[in-house]
Amino acid sequence: MTTSHSLAAEHLTLGYADRTVIESLDLAVSAGRVTVIVGANACGKSTLLRAMSRLLTPREGRVVLDGKEVHRLPARQLARTLGLLPQAPVAPEGITVADLVGRGRHPHQGLMSRWSDEDDAAVAAALEATGTVELADRSVDELSGGQRQRVWIAMALAQQTDLLLLDEPTTFLDASHQVEVLDLLTDLNRTRGTTIVMVLHDLNLAARYADHLIALAAGRLHSTGAPDTVLTTEFVRTVFGLDSHIIEDPVSGRPLMLPIGRHHVLPGVAATADEPHV
Amino acid sequence: MSVQVSGPRAATVEAVRRGRVRRASRRRAVVLVLALLVVAALVLSLMAGQSFYPLDDVVRVVMGEDVPGASFTVGRLRLPRAVLAVVAGFSFGLAGVTFQTMLRNPLASPDIIGISSGASAAAAIALVTLSLSETAVSVLAVVAGLTVALLVYSLAFRNGVVGTRLILIGIGISAMLDSVTSYVLSRAAEWDLQEAMRWLTGSLNGAAWEQVVPAAAALVLLGPVLLTQGRNLSAMQLGDDTASALGVRVERSRVTVIVAAVGLIAFATAAAGPVSFVAFLSGPIAARIAGPGRSLLVPAGLVGALLVLVADFVGQFAFDSRYPVGVVTGVLGAPYLIYLIVRTNRAGGSL
Repeated sequence: MTTSHSLAAEHLTLGYADRTVIESLDLAVSAGRVTVIVGANACGKSTLLRAMSRLLTPREGRVVLDGKEVHRLPARQLARTLGLLPQAPVAPEGITVADLVGRGRHPHQGLMSRWSDEDDAAVAAALEATGTVELADRSVDELSGGQRQRVWIAMALAQQTDLLLLDEPTTFLDASHQVEVLDLLTDLNRTRGTTIVMVLHDLNLAARYADHLIALAAGRLHSTGAPDTVLTTEFVRTVFGLDSHIIEDPVSGRPLMLPIGRHHVLPGVAATADEPHV
Repeated sequence: MSVQVSGPRAATVEAVRRGRVRRASRRRAVVLVLALLVVAALVLSLMAGQSFYPLDDVVRVVMGEDVPGASFTVGRLRLPRAVLAVVAGFSFGLAGVTFQTMLRNPLASPDIIGISSGASAAAAIALVTLSLSETAVSVLAVVAGLTVALLVYSLAFRNGVVGTRLILIGIGISAMLDSVTSYVLSRAAEWDLQEAMRWLTGSLNGAAWEQVVPAAAALVLLGPVLLTQGRNLSAMQLGDDTASALGVRVERSRVTVIVAAVGLIAFATAAAGPVSFVAFLSGPIAARIAGPGRSLLVPAGLVGALLVLVADFVGQFAFDSRYPVGVVTGVLGAPYLIYLIVRTNRAGGSL
């Protein structure tokens, strides 16, 4: 598996009906790395992800994969290179884990072609990577939230794409499952070289797991780069309208954002002027 | 940069393969048994009736030989009726499960959301009021079915189509169209009750080849269209976004599937009337016996064919007086509808 694919947005303007969500955005996704998109609610994070995976047609500009416009690529061909796990996928009633993961093989199968050994191997590899082998014959309905999310990731893995886009893969999960899912995605990135692009709500988890952060503010690119250059008090104030304090995360060495609200703030603590942490 | 990846363990691959083969062979066995049951019911309904003909006679009639007595009863009366039962049943089952799968709701079958009612009302008007030919009746029924589908779809459209809204609007439209059918029939004073029943609940009485041929042709043409969309439908069950991410052109697939399924419903309805609840019942019955996770198109079609064949036979011979097939399927379907609503209500769903 190679990681030489390049994915970039050029002068991208996106919107629904009468509303413009993203305006004239340029960005490039670094191949073989973990990129996390952060920003306030309704700033266009999910919209951007949808456009990058061809679910949404841009009003202006284009999304380019390996020099070709994604909206011009044949659907199946694109789906063999770029996978997307949307925010709220639906599991058909009663479907088993193995069958659901097997649906990830769709872009690799022809109209009438039979199930191949390669398909079985891909499903097995996806189950192993996500630690869901023992769940294979269980019905998806019976699983816990964390297990279910791992199964959906397994389905996206069975698609065997070099690029994987995920829209808030940790929503509805408790703390331990959030970490579990993000560790799993990091494993994938490190062992297979899969390029990962995801939207995350939690700034601190984003800063910890991202190689590269993309910060959006009101439909425009605010800043982009390594977490310690992007996650600053100025950024938190502009994007979220929130005062904060940024320290070095004693666990990871990455930046850690501590919000300053109106209550439970010790005397003498004030929003610090911007200073690079560490 | 290239990363060496070790493949999955052989034991896991083998377990995955075994599980898949087990589920696939169950489905194959179900399809085979259902097909045998359809053939058995078909043969039985050709042999038995007011008078009994041995298998030998029936086969000779079907092969085109002239058998005194049997040629008329079996060849002219029973054969078109039985073939229409299979064709209409298969069409209803196939189209019903298509809608149920696509809209991810067992209540979203074409006979609940007004498509059958639309085709039926148009056919009743064409035949009773306008006295048109069989071909014109079929064409009008198809146009009406598509129009109703389009109407329900666009009325339910607001930032995408939500199953529940579509179903409720469809039920309303359906009630309206049923009253149109009743009005047309009440104005046609000389119209006999048997024929009227055909447009109200569906009936195979007086089935002749002129009715069977267009419906069969529609099934031969449109059936394969739906079957080739089976995999796309399975992907669309996971949600539109997931399906697109898997390389399905969702809008194109949806339009193809709707046109083909409505076509099947309309042709079958023009021939046999809106046989109550067959489209609605076949999918869930097929899902229960074939197991989830696989395409249900063929099993549901077979269940539909079997339902109509058996219900028609029961309606004709099990009671003192003869009932049209739709009355029998209606008696079966209504309790199931109530059960389904009660169950989803208990599970906390609104529909």
